[in-house]
Amino acid sequence: MNARPEEVLAVALARLILDPAAHPARHIAVGAASPIPAAACWLVRKLGHPVRLSLLHKRVGNPFSEGSRELFDLAGQGRIDLFFLGGGQIDGQANLNLLGTGAWPGGTPTGGVRFPGSFGSAFMYLMTPRTILFREEHSPRVLVPRVDHVSAPGLSPPGTFRRGTAQALVTGRCVFRFDAGAGQFTLASLHPGETLEGVRAATGFTFAVPATIPTTEAPTPAELALLRGPVCDEMLETYPDFCTRVFDRKAAA
Amino acid sequence: METPDTLAALVPDGALLALPPDNSLPSVALVHALIRRGARGLRLLGVPVSGFASDLLIGAGCVAEVETSAVSLGEAGFAPRFTAALKEGRITVRDATCPAIHTMLQAAEKGVPFLPLRGVLGSDIVAHRPDWKIIDNPFASGGDPILLLPALSPDVAAIHGVMADEAGNIWVGRRRELATLAHAARMVLATVERMVPGDMLEDERLASGVISATYVSAIAVAARGTHPIALLDEYGADAAHVAEYARLARSESGFAEYLARFVLARPAVAA
Repeated sequence: MNARPEEVLAVALARLILDPAAHPARHIAVGAASPIPAAACWLVRKLGHPVRLSLLHKRVGNPFSEGSRELFDLAGQGRIDLFFLGGGQIDGQANLNLLGTGAWPGGTPTGGVRFPGSFGSAFMYLMTPRTILFREEHSPRVLVPRVDHVSAPGLSPPGTFRRGTAQALVTGRCVFRFDAGAGQFTLASLHPGETLEGVRAATGFTFAVPATIPTTEAPTPAELALLRGPVCDEMLETYPDFCTRVFDRKAAA
Repeated sequence: METPDTLAALVPDGALLALPPDNSLPSVALVHALIRRGARGLRLLGVPVSGFASDLLIGAGCVAEVETSAVSLGEAGFAPRFTAALKEGRITVRDATCPAIHTMLQAAEKGVPFLPLRGVLGSDIVAHRPDWKIIDNPFASGGDPILLLPALSPDVAAIHGVMADEAGNIWVGRRRELATLAHAARMVLATVERMVPGDMLEDERLASGVISATYVSAIAVAARGTHPIALLDEYGADAAHVAEYARLARSESGFAEYLARFVLARPAVAA
């Protein structure tokens, strides 16, 4: 079976979630408009791992009875182990800009582009033991040397209460690991068909490169079967377009 | 009998108007009525983010300022009228982050002047919020900075419940974060799908989803009052309508066409 790019990404995210060296992911929350992270989480569940998933976008069967406030209260207590964040800009110190470019607050008459806004990132990034950064677009406009504005900082000075930071950054081209001590990303694997030169050209920040660079592990037939079957079943109501495009499945009328 | 338009008459120009985001029961019906009334200078509060209803008000020229954690049409992309108004310098945006907005409302609900919140330190948001303060945690032995957020009481909260009863309660199901908004707001204007007899607070199964009449100033029936946004398990989002809006609202003239077709021409819903 040939894996689609989205399936390679979902499986790469699932392997990061299950990384035995990382803080255990007992309760994972996934924000809105995140079909690939959602697929990764469902895959982890369907592989038999007893993880609690809180998918915020679900209209019916939403896990909270006090909306996103309950999510933030849980995270404030340290009861969300893993969250996913992205950004319009991400820099080499894992700073995230979800706000915009140009003069504050982005996209003003003086120029730049306004992104939607910071959402809960400024809180979740510091309160969650693990964050996996995910952004499909891997280009110099997204992966920049320094973000124009910091919605959420990758690193904090000593004394600032913080439970964790980025574990990794997964893009459409590769997986980077984040080393908080060194304050930089290291290339962890290249997706099939990608080269170091290509990734360097598409990345605005500098990153460390290991002696040998593995290829991102391909999904196994069993993983693909789970994604296209039970994972797709779970996602059909929320992400009908995604399921049609990636899994060739249509929601029942 | 109240209608969305009689409710809209209760909202003064310049009011701080709190709106829940898409899928969290914003009253789109009341937003339509505010546009028909020609409301001006509104200050919007996204609780904790802003969506379709806010973009409509901004596009219609009703808004001077937006305080929010993000503005988006979800799957349909960026909010086009918000983006255009910001680019043209017609609105001021005060950026926040979601839990900060919840916390400011919780402070107002408790009647205390401020509450602390963890996290957020190191975000540029803090530097652009002179009304937010960082102190050293007085319960620690020093060296533990923490953010303090002021209480925030919206002048008006515009929410859409599934039903209202004879006692003046409204029912919002599991969206109980709306109770905090209702407790914090000076006035709650609610539209609902339907009226039901009796008092829902007498029904143990419904009571936990009720916002008590104590907090609700006026209620109007507006069937499909969050359309094209989903309402709990009552109806789903009309994604085709939102996509059509996103397409039209890319231009001023397209937005005017949208208003003419779906807002200005739409008769007030009879009760």
